[in-house]
Amino acid sequence: MKLLTCPLNGSRNIAEFTYGGEYHTTPDYNSISARDWAEHVFFHDNAAGVVTEWWCHTASSFWFLAERNTITDEVIRTFKADEIYTERIDFSVVKPENRS
Amino acid sequence: MPFGLLKYGLSSNYPAKHHFTPSKDLKRHYDVVIIGGGGHGAAIAYNLAKYHGITNVAILEKAYLGGGNTARNTAVIRSNYLTESGVKFYSESVKLYNNLSNEFNYNVMMENRGQLTLAHSDAAIRSFRWRAEVNQHMGVRSELIDRQTISELVPNLNMSEDSRFPILAGLWHADGATARHDAVAWGYAKGACDRGVELHQLTEVEDIEITSGRVTAVKTNRGRVECGCVVQAVAGASSIVAKKAGIPLPIHCYPLQAMVTQPYKPILTPHVSSPQVHVYVHQTSRGEFVIGGGSDPYPLYNTRATLDQRESLSAAAMELFPFLSQARLLRQWAGTTDMTPDYSPIMGLSPVENYYLDAGWGTWGFKATPICGVTMAELVATKKVPEIIKPFELERFYRFEQINEAGATAASH
Repeated sequence: MKLLTCPLNGSRNIAEFTYGGEYHTTPDYNSISARDWAEHVFFHDNAAGVVTEWWCHTASSFWFLAERNTITDEVIRTFKADEIYTERIDFSVVKPENRS
Repeated sequence: MPFGLLKYGLSSNYPAKHHFTPSKDLKRHYDVVIIGGGGHGAAIAYNLAKYHGITNVAILEKAYLGGGNTARNTAVIRSNYLTESGVKFYSESVKLYNNLSNEFNYNVMMENRGQLTLAHSDAAIRSFRWRAEVNQHMGVRSELIDRQTISELVPNLNMSEDSRFPILAGLWHADGATARHDAVAWGYAKGACDRGVELHQLTEVEDIEITSGRVTAVKTNRGRVECGCVVQAVAGASSIVAKKAGIPLPIHCYPLQAMVTQPYKPILTPHVSSPQVHVYVHQTSRGEFVIGGGSDPYPLYNTRATLDQRESLSAAAMELFPFLSQARLLRQWAGTTDMTPDYSPIMGLSPVENYYLDAGWGTWGFKATPICGVTMAELVATKKVPEIIKPFELERFYRFEQINEAGATAASH
């Protein structure tokens, strides 16, 4: 059994977790072009080496981040999202002209 | 005749001829450099040399011919996909496969055994009916069949109504087939090398030189090579190689594991697949049962095998074929599936003018090998994108024109 350490629940079977995609910063959706938005949504770094990515402990719906080596499958560390997100992001601020 | 055989065995003319060009130094310049010596790379080189007269071609392979996903896939050939673009593309490939041994004068052991996909729910029956209609409209042999017909086709299948997911119906694809995957790569490479193409194994592309939007040379571990154009056909390494040319791709690489049992006498003719329990099973002409399933749950550049997957594949395979509980496993392995968000390949032009992409082959690469060779070679020779691969261009993601290929294996993700 492969284990993953959830920052909330501790060491658990990796089967209890769901992979949530690469960590990347969200572009400014008020100014970004459709082309860049498509690249942000669909394209991936898909790097071979140490990457930062989202994981979710499915049973408790707890989302967190992990640094993992995608060649050796070693998890270097897992940490809570508040290490990166120090303040709340307001997604409701979309300018009217950008609503479709 | 024993004496004839002995004479042949001792003769200096035996073995008669190498299949492939013996290794030699790289030339300074090639008209076409193909990165990746798998089935696809070899097929593109073969078609360039045989049908377009372009022979100043090098295939650069970082390991050995057909040693990547060409060797690791489970050799399923089928065309019962769901989208119009997909069905048209893969059915053309199946047609080419049927003539491949004649084309090469080399046996690829094509076996037209048919493919059966099982429905365990009403939702699956609905989607199979949809698929059958699309397939028939496009001239592909594909039909919805009932339980009675299923048990006639596959007498060993567990048709019990007491199982966890009882079998309700099936999608029968008479055009489904299998072939020897190594022979496909060897046949193409032999035909290409016979016509002057150079196959360079143990030659890894380390960097790609681009000047004002055009690729001019590739740097390898064996020296620098100038080139007229580059075709990338590296499947699992697509993102890594494309990054060297500055091209981002919408790909994530997941391992896909498969395993094989000890040989049995021939008892299973078609290829049987169940999207519900995530497993597919077929018996090779050697008698082994090949068991495969969906991709791993998270991305990885590693072809290791896991106990988790062995357990879930075994459980699912035994649910379909209970006698397999007695089987011994001989091998378990993985290939790297380069999955795209819409389960369709990325073929054709790239943002770099003379750099062509053949990527995003996920779980559908082997069955597309012949059509890929034909269309990519035509693109390189004429600089025009063939109609049949136009829908698969990289630009589709920027225009939000994805091709949602729900008929792909592992499309359940």
